[in-house]
Amino acid sequence: MVLSLVALVSALGVVLSKNPVSSVLCLIVTFFAIAGHYIMLNAQFLAVVHIIVYAGAIMVLFLYVMMLMNLDADIEPQKRNWLKYAGAVSGGALLVVLVAALRDASMPALSESSVEIGLIHNLGKLLFTQYVVPFEISSILFLSAMVGAVVIGKKD
Amino acid sequence: MTLLSIDWFFLIEKILLISGVLVLSLVVAMYSTWGERKVAAWIQDRLGPNRAGPMGLLQPLADGGKLFFKEEIIPTNSNRFLFILGPSIAMLVACMTSAVIPWADTITIAGRQISLQVADVNIGILFIFGVVSMGVYGIMIGGWASNNKFSLLASVRAASQIISYELPMGLALIALLMLTGTLSLKEIVEQQRAGLWNVVYQPLGFLIFLICAFAECNRTPFDLPEAENELNGGYHLEYSSMKLGFFLFAEYINMFISSALMATLYFGGYAYPGMDKLGLSENMLALTGFLALFIKTLLFIFFFMWVRWTIPRFRYDQLMRLGWRVLIPLALANMLITGAVELLRHH
Repeated sequence: MVLSLVALVSALGVVLSKNPVSSVLCLIVTFFAIAGHYIMLNAQFLAVVHIIVYAGAIMVLFLYVMMLMNLDADIEPQKRNWLKYAGAVSGGALLVVLVAALRDASMPALSESSVEIGLIHNLGKLLFTQYVVPFEISSILFLSAMVGAVVIGKKD
Repeated sequence: MTLLSIDWFFLIEKILLISGVLVLSLVVAMYSTWGERKVAAWIQDRLGPNRAGPMGLLQPLADGGKLFFKEEIIPTNSNRFLFILGPSIAMLVACMTSAVIPWADTITIAGRQISLQVADVNIGILFIFGVVSMGVYGIMIGGWASNNKFSLLASVRAASQIISYELPMGLALIALLMLTGTLSLKEIVEQQRAGLWNVVYQPLGFLIFLICAFAECNRTPFDLPEAENELNGGYHLEYSSMKLGFFLFAEYINMFISSALMATLYFGGYAYPGMDKLGLSENMLALTGFLALFIKTLLFIFFFMWVRWTIPRFRYDQLMRLGWRVLIPLALANMLITGAVELLRHH
């Protein structure tokens, strides 16, 4: 309950705060709240990896960029009106899709076997047996992203 | 009814243990400042602090008192909330890592088995990694909130340095995990108690981990975020009074914790050679084990200081080159070789 409240309030903070740096900090708090949810679901590995990857690495880079650009509300160019409307419409469309997808989803109660699934031992076994093909394909995706970054970096 | 079924002794025991560990880290950090000056003096053939108390032993107390009573200045154009948040995060994160280090074996008091580890979670190493990756926020937020170009430069340096050195650190740890097959620090220590210390199997991994620990703690030769001759003190330039003290203190706590971690991961933790043959009682065994860990940790802290007063600071491009072009390939090679050997051994 408390965790969900924290997650919601800080997520709202991300959107509503005027200062981009405090927006980023709110997002970090949101990530921590979500990691807390993972721990409640007994998925400690997922929680810690979530913190290391998102809060620890990606958000640091976000913060890095934000600090260097030093954005301010008064020097930021005003966005055109149609852009705002388009943003609102696409956001609403995403909401509709999400609600439609979640409406039919069945939520089975936790069974005895699903409690253990988040522990690292079982997770590793599943990843390397049942889900090995998607796992390897996603690693190729990362590799191509890395190659792309190097190519862009080399251009100058 | 669930409220009544809480194991109160368990709760009290954990609270005592947490306070004990916190007090221990704070006292060690406090005396590290004294030790650092004594070591510096010894290396530079001086006397070091010798006015307050015998051998200057009361010097840390005098320094702490001075820091508390100094005037506190918050710059007018700074973000006040974040300015205070910075040192708080630095201190909090520094203290959190001690939760998963096994300080000694279990002891038995009045028939109760008490584990001298605050939390034996099955993801111990990853927990430490996660907390360490949070450590950079204290410096970044503090540096940015100061609203000052030197501090901003320092926080940018800190961010890229810590992210760059986290990678080889993680790779060195993966090799260690392949060897031990567990993420729990307690089990890693128990394995070393039964066999050889991990440093024998992983000398390269240990070296990489050691270098990265220096970089993560912002210690010389990697203390570029606070390079005083180019950045006027870096991220804590605008800080005064105890907020400055917190930043400096967090560095010493980090040093203590990373020393304890290195001793645990690579040098047997609380295990020492021949400890099972001495025929000591369980409690005595735990006590001597704790002393062994403590001595190892102090040796590592001394090593940190020794390096600080011997090796000059790196240039920033040298730091980045060392991280990306030397340490990461070495760590990758180490990981691959360890993986291949483990594969051969199990077939």
